[in-house]
Amino acid sequence: MKFLLRGGFALLTAITYCAQAETEKLTIYTYSSFVSDWGPGPAVKKAFERDCNCELDFVGLEDGAALLSRLQLEGRHSKADIILGLDTNLTTEAAATGLLAPHGLNIDELDLSIDWTDDVFLPYDYGHFAFVYDSEALAVVPGSLEALVQDTSGPQLIIQDPRTSTPGLGLLLWIRVVFGDDAPLAWSQLAPRILTVTAGWSTAYGLFLEGEAPLVLSYTTSPAYHRHVEGTDRYRAAAFSEGHYAQIEVAAKLADSPHQALADRFLVFMLSPAFQDLIPTTNWMFPAGRTSQPLPDAFTGLVQPTRTLLIEPEQVAAHRRAWVREWLEVLGR
Amino acid sequence: MARSPGPLTRKFYAIARISWPGVVSALFLLLLIGATFTVLLIGSGPIRLINDLGKDPYLRQVVGFTLWQASLSTLLSIGMAIPVARAFARQSSFPGRRLVLQLLGLPVVTPVIVAVLGIIAVYGQSGILRDGLQLLGLSWSGRFYGLTGILVAHVFFNFPLSVRMLLPAWDRIPSENWRLAAQLGMNSRQLFRWLEWPALTSVLPGTAAVVFLLCFSSFAVVLVLGGGPSATTIEVAIYQALRFEFDPPRAAALALGQLGICTALVLGLHHWIRAQSISRGLASGARYRPDVDQSIHRSFDLAVIGLTSTFVALPLGAIVYAGCTGPLSSVLLDSRLWAAAGRSVGIALAAAAVALSLAVGLLVTSRHLVFQLRRRTESDVLQIAGSITLAVPPMVTGTGLFLLLLPLGIAFDLAVLVIILVNATLVLPYMMRTVGPAFLDAGHRYDRLCRQLGMSGWYRLRLADWPIIRRPLGFAVALCATLSVGDMGVAALFDTSGAITLPVLLYHRLGAYRFDEAAVTALALIVLCAVVFLVVDRGIGRWHS
Repeated sequence: MKFLLRGGFALLTAITYCAQAETEKLTIYTYSSFVSDWGPGPAVKKAFERDCNCELDFVGLEDGAALLSRLQLEGRHSKADIILGLDTNLTTEAAATGLLAPHGLNIDELDLSIDWTDDVFLPYDYGHFAFVYDSEALAVVPGSLEALVQDTSGPQLIIQDPRTSTPGLGLLLWIRVVFGDDAPLAWSQLAPRILTVTAGWSTAYGLFLEGEAPLVLSYTTSPAYHRHVEGTDRYRAAAFSEGHYAQIEVAAKLADSPHQALADRFLVFMLSPAFQDLIPTTNWMFPAGRTSQPLPDAFTGLVQPTRTLLIEPEQVAAHRRAWVREWLEVLGR
Repeated sequence: MARSPGPLTRKFYAIARISWPGVVSALFLLLLIGATFTVLLIGSGPIRLINDLGKDPYLRQVVGFTLWQASLSTLLSIGMAIPVARAFARQSSFPGRRLVLQLLGLPVVTPVIVAVLGIIAVYGQSGILRDGLQLLGLSWSGRFYGLTGILVAHVFFNFPLSVRMLLPAWDRIPSENWRLAAQLGMNSRQLFRWLEWPALTSVLPGTAAVVFLLCFSSFAVVLVLGGGPSATTIEVAIYQALRFEFDPPRAAALALGQLGICTALVLGLHHWIRAQSISRGLASGARYRPDVDQSIHRSFDLAVIGLTSTFVALPLGAIVYAGCTGPLSSVLLDSRLWAAAGRSVGIALAAAAVALSLAVGLLVTSRHLVFQLRRRTESDVLQIAGSITLAVPPMVTGTGLFLLLLPLGIAFDLAVLVIILVNATLVLPYMMRTVGPAFLDAGHRYDRLCRQLGMSGWYRLRLADWPIIRRPLGFAVALCATLSVGDMGVAALFDTSGAITLPVLLYHRLGAYRFDEAAVTALALIVLCAVVFLVVDRGIGRWHS
């Protein structure tokens, strides 16, 4: 009996010791392409862990918009310390959950490449949505969103679900800006040519590269990847005359996170050159913070939007659910 | 002063003493379903439910599509199964018949998400089939995602199942009838009209009912192959309402709708569903039938059987091939894979154990009521309690428990427990059907003896029942554990890490568009299922008391 007790005590001591020796762990919820082998995740993890004496753990969700519903679903019991990958279309609703904490940084000192005033969210990159096409499969490239929508004999395309994906939501808002109250009509014209609606950008782009459709919703910067990595000009972005909807991707820390100091440290790291230098050639977006080197050559000659379109976050928050319902109903027919 | 109990009270105690196992099991199920129903009712608000259905055209479309795809899937599966089952019945001996029939048993136990992966690889937008057709100069540019993909997958699962469910019908045709038909000189068509069709009508409604129910509450197939809002079933809409939109009332309303329709279906079709048994189709009656020798019929039958086997074997073969040639080492060295596999097995064994306890409780009492108290109705009630979970789809129970635990903040901490519980109810009907007949058989043989010896409870289970129920019980537990290993529905609802179970991990690999990694994961899942089945089946089947 005594032996058992002693053994048990030794075991308990060992467990406590191990628990103490364990390094602090920072959990970041993000989207799946961020954590993929070719995304920024692995390099960011390596760079941050180099001198934080901690472990960085990414959890990849379908896509950025799924972060908001996950945040609402898990509430105060979330395992996440930081969410990374919402965009400005969702910041108002995300802030309204009351689950996120102010970043507490002085934005003036951050040297951001975009105008920014938000005290909860910090931007890490930005870009413009665009339809990317396979030049070997598509002969006539639509010159405007209107041309794409109204050409009923046009090419098949792959888009993302606005409920889970920030590009999917971006397209929903893009069509809203261009067509106004006729947006449902535009969707009904487009619907027969939508090959599939994926939950996330990764699946959509993967299907596109497999040749399942000649057109996919992505970014003006996506061709830079094919030029830089594959040395090919085959995949290009279509320039639309109405202008392109913009995306600013942001991160924020959770108020209930037990690792506040480490989370702060990560947010500062996120806007430093060590992180920002990775963005152009892993996330294939424009860096929102200071970099130590200019953009790679592959970024020159990309589509320059004639106009940047963006709906105010408050307005998106007020209408998003209704617009998504409308979209569901039209595509559900 | 203590009052002596009256005769009625004494009788009550006597009944209670012997029937408690069934009562406990039944109460457990009632509590689970009652709690689910209450939570959903409170969560949705009946008024909002009616409002939603009236105002929200999308919800109506979802319900409509769910019924439509289930009807089409049933029609296709049964329509294809009749000629194939007939071919098997007519060709009662050819080399490999046994093997082909066993092949047709594979889709039922193949994890849905694995089969879906194989179906995409073979029949998908850029699958092997289209490449093959292109080589022949044919091309088909239609959309695979949506109704087409869903139907192909549902037929893949339910057409072989239907063949095996229809086959026993031929055994019921008396051999005198064949002889008479031969004397009358009936041709093949007349044989079908006058002999085979009347026999088929006794099993067709039950088969169709089971297939319809399975397709009605299909989840993983629609989630992956649906391709957008135009092809969404109620189960997928429940998942999306919670995980995509965080709209608990909407999820609750949808779950109530699913529950209502399923209950109505099961109640309406109960008469046919309960009479079903799945034949292994191996007892081939060597009956003479007049049209068997004609070479045209033989080649037709063999062609039909060959096409069927190819249809079933191709997707499975594609997965095994892609898995073996994929990045084996990097996937198999990933600790997440093993952690997920471990959880999957743990959940499966626990779920099978819970289902077994519930089933044995219900069966012991049910048998007792039949043999000793001659109460058929009560025993029927207990048997029905065992298949009640057919009317309450796992996703509905899962949603109820999820909404119950969410406000308490422990929904994700208890995820594994909830999955065990829901999977147990999912496999309970299979358990009841497989172990039930053996239990009754043991009763027929030993009930009188046991009563004479005064043997009851645990001793009776161990000494009288065990030798008889051991084999079917081993098979049932193995089957249930295997089904649970491959199930994804509720696990997907409760998942937070993307790797709670192996099927969920596979789903996420598929979503991240890592086909080669997904194929290896799928292969690992198939191997895991096979190992679980064999170990449990042999382990219990050979374990002597």
